[in-house]
Amino acid sequence: MDISFTLNGRETAVDVPPATLLVELLRERLGLTGTHVGCDTSQCGACVVHVDGRSVKSCTMLAVSADGCAVTTVEGLSPDGRTLHPMQQAFRDCHGLQCGFCTPGMMMSATDFAASHPAPTEAEVRHWLEGNICRCTGYQNIVKSVIAGAAAMHQGTEA
Amino acid sequence: MAEVVGIGAAPRRKEDFRFVTGRGNYVADIVRPGMAFGAFLRSVHAHAEIGAVDTAAAAAMPGVRAVFTGADMAADGVGGLPVGWGIVGRDGLPMKEPPHPALAVGKVRYVGDAVAFVVADTLEAARAAAEAIVVDYRPLPAVVDMAAALTPGSPLVFDDVPGNLCCDWELGDAIAVDKAFAKAAHVARLKLVNNRLIGNPMEPRAAIGEYNAGTGQYTLWTTSQFPHVVRLLMGEFVLHIPQHRLRVVAPDVGGGFGVKQFHYAEEAVVTWAAGKLACPVKWVCERSEGFISDAHGRDHVTEAALALDAEGRFLGMKVETLANMGGYLSTFGPNIPTNLYAPLLSGVYTTPAIHCSVKVVFTNTVPVDAYRGAGRPEATFVVERLVDVAAIEMGIDKAEIRRRNMIPAEAYPYQTPVLVEYDSGNPRACLDRVVELADVAGFPARREASAKAGKYRGLGFSTYVEACGLAPSRLAGQLGARGGLYESATVRVHPTGQVTVLIGTHNHGQGHETTFAQIVSDKLGVPFDQVDIVFGDTDKVQFGMGTYGSRSLVVGGAALSKASDKVILKARKIAAHLLEAAEQDVVFENGKASVAGTDRAKTFAEIAGAAYVPHNYPLETLEPGLEEQAYYDPVNFTYPGGAHVAEVEIDPETGVVTLAAYTAVDDVGTVINPMIVEGQIHGGIIQGVGQALFEHGVYDPDSGQLLSGSFMDYCMPRADDLPKMTTTTQSTQCAHTPMGVKGCGECGTIGSPAAVINAVVDALAPLGVKHVDMPASPGRIWHLMRNAGLAQAAE
Repeated sequence: MDISFTLNGRETAVDVPPATLLVELLRERLGLTGTHVGCDTSQCGACVVHVDGRSVKSCTMLAVSADGCAVTTVEGLSPDGRTLHPMQQAFRDCHGLQCGFCTPGMMMSATDFAASHPAPTEAEVRHWLEGNICRCTGYQNIVKSVIAGAAAMHQGTEA
Repeated sequence: MAEVVGIGAAPRRKEDFRFVTGRGNYVADIVRPGMAFGAFLRSVHAHAEIGAVDTAAAAAMPGVRAVFTGADMAADGVGGLPVGWGIVGRDGLPMKEPPHPALAVGKVRYVGDAVAFVVADTLEAARAAAEAIVVDYRPLPAVVDMAAALTPGSPLVFDDVPGNLCCDWELGDAIAVDKAFAKAAHVARLKLVNNRLIGNPMEPRAAIGEYNAGTGQYTLWTTSQFPHVVRLLMGEFVLHIPQHRLRVVAPDVGGGFGVKQFHYAEEAVVTWAAGKLACPVKWVCERSEGFISDAHGRDHVTEAALALDAEGRFLGMKVETLANMGGYLSTFGPNIPTNLYAPLLSGVYTTPAIHCSVKVVFTNTVPVDAYRGAGRPEATFVVERLVDVAAIEMGIDKAEIRRRNMIPAEAYPYQTPVLVEYDSGNPRACLDRVVELADVAGFPARREASAKAGKYRGLGFSTYVEACGLAPSRLAGQLGARGGLYESATVRVHPTGQVTVLIGTHNHGQGHETTFAQIVSDKLGVPFDQVDIVFGDTDKVQFGMGTYGSRSLVVGGAALSKASDKVILKARKIAAHLLEAAEQDVVFENGKASVAGTDRAKTFAEIAGAAYVPHNYPLETLEPGLEEQAYYDPVNFTYPGGAHVAEVEIDPETGVVTLAAYTAVDDVGTVINPMIVEGQIHGGIIQGVGQALFEHGVYDPDSGQLLSGSFMDYCMPRADDLPKMTTTTQSTQCAHTPMGVKGCGECGTIGSPAAVINAVVDALAPLGVKHVDMPASPGRIWHLMRNAGLAQAAE
């Protein structure tokens, strides 16, 4: 099926078999390997991307459903690939990652959350991240990163 | 950072930029020209004879390039997967070591045992064809329970291993222990289970094999913690490829925890298939497939007893353990519940007599091997549960009974009755500190507040010591290791003064690219951002034993320190020539070599330049270039230790245990990067908490099916299950490592299960509960509380 969508700000048109998952399209066809696959039961959240601004597990969405949508992957968080997005910077500053495998999904989930939560509590962050599994960090520094990243994303926007 | 960043600083990690921008390079991300895709057909039976395997229909499907079976590999002379450690039983006989073919031959021995491998143009075609293979299984009765496996008449996993007993092993002085028990005023006894765990690093395993018919060179990309060891084991024992024709690359690896430190069948199969088909072959494990093919961890059943005098001093300890090996021996399987377990039963205590016997047992389950902590969490759980049982039965305060029996700081080095000699430590200082940090004094008030809210609250202690920094090769050899356990590092100084380090350890989350750069920056005075660390490629790195057993900084860092010292030694010689001074008058510090007492100096970059452009250079006595290599073999294990406190609250309505607080004080020796050490401790603690509260690899005893085979059924710790932890270090320096480091990778996992379960038992003590098996899941707790309530009502 022919679909077209905006991927990290660029118009993209592809012909995909209807059974293709969004994550397969991104990784296997379009070479965006920053989005990871950590399970086969929609539990781990390593594959989270944004579709029209909302975080979505891309292993649980058909590629054809993205037709006409705006899709952002971890590669699109920092538009120039050099200057880090505030959430990327926060994960780096707060040691919010170890092996890095869950990190793209964590950050994509976190940026969606932080967009509407400029000053979240620790409990709110923990509740939101329930769908993203990390095996390395014990989550403590991820929670710290998300709180710091949310604050940085909203810096200067407070009334 | 364009400046020197030394030991004790916490720079942001070098590796993070590529990870946060999605530019990590994991095996599943790699695409090779002309690559084909592989899928395994795995046994659905726990135990069955393999009759005819009909691959004709599968082979005829579109896109299928080949279908391979165990018979094909055997016919090609492919060997079995080797075991890296051979143990000897109490009868003096070596362990039973049955063959372990990469694809099953004759029988399947667990659900997940690989039977056939399909290679096709696409992954979908490979998977579809795998399903089209018809295997004539003749199911046999299976045994998954260890006690059942040892019972006469049990099904035999291997026909020539009577009683499914791989080895009956022991350590310690049984006579001394009997004497201690004979004079005891009190004996505390406990039967406990150390639950089977499934390590689940977030990146599933993956492997790509490639063969270059022009050069005869094989390459394997694999998710491994130790690529050189994979090259050695697979090349020499399985595929018979000479070492110089085999390259193994482990690029970015998404977590290991032990799961990726074994040589797996899939690595050999893709490499062999790539040679047969002359195309790269890629296999990526699915999570459900990983549950039944990644080596599992723990799985002990133990009966233990502690003899005490009337004052609560430990006189002797007796431990009898059944340890599950699963359906084959994994690479280090038999070493874990023996050599890495029994020597830790002394803990931080002065127990004078200890005896441990371990029956190592085959069952129809996934092979069991090292998982973070590997033997040491199991030992700590036995010791610290027994201590709590003794304290409760004798009416002694739980911190006090620990203090009373701790090895005093001044008694180090301390020879335990179970093989090892601790070089350094101060367990009392850790315990005192954690009692203060966890506000143990305020606990009764918190318990009362919980009680008012209708909840049970408990507090649990755990102390521990671990043997890590694996390992002194000679001692390891005496204990059955079939390889060396040193590490190597090369410090390559470029003509312009920047440095590339080539090291044999592997970084899969531990932050080595940062920590090791700090060591070099500190020693050579080279700016931190001018030092890069290379690892994970046997064509780049000279040799190495890899990363496991908290060894990377302890053994690899020591090799790096030694190699850096060699660079300094040569730099001083070069500088002495350039400065026309005697070598003994040249001092190297802060990135400069200067003549003592003068302002005459050469920078490190100037010295490097002279070494590579040797126009003014002592060529008669010194080779050009500035690159040094060191191998380091440790003289002893290192012994990190610590004291942890867990506090839990239990809801009697639901049986849910909430971890309310967790405090850890760990002695890890010198800290190179406190941010990274803290991260390692956090992650380790939560893996131990996972074992204590959530995780359980469960087999159906009749069918031998894994019942907890996905993230839907196997409960991984999640962010909302957990509290904020308080962690700190309270270190003594290791007496024998170059920088005084001890290692920190496994501390949390070793200390936390006992602390959490001791807290759960403490919470339920008013109901008469004396022990809770892991995981303390809501269902288990609810039943315990209900039964305890019924028992109390009946009295």
